[in-house]
Amino acid sequence: MAQQGALMEFVHRRRRGAELFLLVLALAVGVGAYAAVGLGVDGQVPVNLVGYGSWLAALTVAAHVVVRFVAPYADPVLLPVIAALNGLGLAVIYRLDLAYEAAGRSNHDFAPKQMTWMTVGVVLFVVTLLVLRDHRVLTRFTYTCGLAAIALLLLPLVPGVGKTINGARIWIGVGPFSFQPGEVAKVLLVIAFAGYLVLHRDALALAGRRVLFIDLPRGRDLGPILAMWAISLGILVFQRDLGSSLLFFGLFLVMLYVATERPGWLVVGTLMFFGGAAVAYTIFGHVQNRVNIWLDPMDYYDQTPGSGQIVESLFGMAWGGLIGRGFGEGDPSRVPFAESDFIIGAIGEELGLTAVIAVILLYGLIVERALRAALISRDGFGKLLATGLAATFALQVFVVIGGVTKLIPLTGLTTPFLSAGGSSLVANWVIVALLLRISDQARRPVPDLSAPEDDVDEQATQVVRIG
Amino acid sequence: MSELTLFLIRIAYLAILWIFVLSAISVIRSDMFGARVPETARGRGRERGQRQPKAPAKRRGSPTHVLVVEGGNAGQRADLSGAPILIGRGPDAAIRLDDDYVSTRHARIAASGDQWFVEDLGSTNGTYIGSVRITQPTTLTLGTQVRIGKTILELRK
Repeated sequence: MAQQGALMEFVHRRRRGAELFLLVLALAVGVGAYAAVGLGVDGQVPVNLVGYGSWLAALTVAAHVVVRFVAPYADPVLLPVIAALNGLGLAVIYRLDLAYEAAGRSNHDFAPKQMTWMTVGVVLFVVTLLVLRDHRVLTRFTYTCGLAAIALLLLPLVPGVGKTINGARIWIGVGPFSFQPGEVAKVLLVIAFAGYLVLHRDALALAGRRVLFIDLPRGRDLGPILAMWAISLGILVFQRDLGSSLLFFGLFLVMLYVATERPGWLVVGTLMFFGGAAVAYTIFGHVQNRVNIWLDPMDYYDQTPGSGQIVESLFGMAWGGLIGRGFGEGDPSRVPFAESDFIIGAIGEELGLTAVIAVILLYGLIVERALRAALISRDGFGKLLATGLAATFALQVFVVIGGVTKLIPLTGLTTPFLSAGGSSLVANWVIVALLLRISDQARRPVPDLSAPEDDVDEQATQVVRIG
Repeated sequence: MSELTLFLIRIAYLAILWIFVLSAISVIRSDMFGARVPETARGRGRERGQRQPKAPAKRRGSPTHVLVVEGGNAGQRADLSGAPILIGRGPDAAIRLDDDYVSTRHARIAASGDQWFVEDLGSTNGTYIGSVRITQPTTLTLGTQVRIGKTILELRK
């Protein structure tokens, strides 16, 4: 308590200047990579470098200006980090486009598409910051968000709207683009979990019976959220989207643990995970495939479904070594889906371990800043929301990079901000907007609490708005 | 393009990437320590609102304790010198209420300068001033009734 009193005296600075400085460096990372790709592949700077660079600069500066005006105390590191990752991703996708074009493949317009989606992402980022002036408003939409998430997850199963791409029915077709509603559902579900848990955490943590080492909460407290979660997980398993199921499961567990402060949940969750994984292994053929490939990738190289993708990616990363082959000197197009699931492999091949570590560090920084916002946030909902978003990020990066580097069995998920994939990019920009909003609220100086008080007897107490 | 040029481009790009990472970390490092704003600077923004309540506050004197005026624990009190004061059902609360509608750590009364304010700690049933559920730290003056569950508290001299 005394420590909290001391924290009251601690005032965060706005740090918008630092953000601008980092954004300039982030632009150098993005545009530099684009120029390096042109130099490496064609021997000359790409012809549209100026146009490309100015568009990227315009997007980041627009985002920065909006942050400066509507979230002046927001975290200074988040926006530059995602701008850098997005810029690097665009350049690597452009590099793969050039390789696909050289190989004579018909699909080599991923980079322009990604640029369009990035623009959409930045627009939604700005809209989120402008519309959502206080993240606590979202608590009103707890159940709406939960329902919307389930509806979105069901959407791909609707005939006519849903599309099956690469064996997973997780897409919907919107005009020429395909969209993965699961990415948006992810954000909505975090909001729903946070809103529900913040209201019910006392009941969840205190009421109930103790079975073995775990305090089991009452059914009526846990029921609604358990249903929400089970339905979404069921849909994902039904859609054979292993990566997302893993993500949602872990997310739920982390949020429950953080909200109730009961480590027992982690024990139960881990047991449930291994139980579920064992069941999935025996029932689903494709799960067995994934595990076998993970254990012995070389044995399945020539088979379908085989391990060609991961083995090529591992070869590529080994060939890249410490500092990589250099843009244009590698052969990343040998890996199927190098532009989406295996983009880390492409980075490892052409820029080497040095760049992969930098990228992982940048992800680490995003998670750290999100958890920091959660720590200093003054309201429970903000804390839970930020923790949940940090957990989504951390889990997603772990699952996909772990899969590509053969640490864990491969499950299809996008690498946030790097992979070609509109839905994921847009959803992640919105996630960062939410994080900036929470950190802005959290880092503001303690509100000025001196409301003019005229007559105490009439209880003319005024509610002082923060900021 | 010669091998050497390409090598230099590669190294230069990796350097840019790492310069970015390290700058981001150094911004975080300097951010850790924030800025302690001197009291005078902090008071500047407060002057506008403070001029009015300051005089009456002196006339009435400053509150010394929180008293439970209604509810199961009526009569219970806590000295404001132990601020911040935690109100709730939990054992660590300074004012412990046996009220089913009160959360374990329900609300907090703390001082900022010579103002007292109440802050809801994410309770289930909320903290009310009058009929308004508070969502942000809210000022308290002598006699302002704070309702928590079936309990009503106020600051007393």
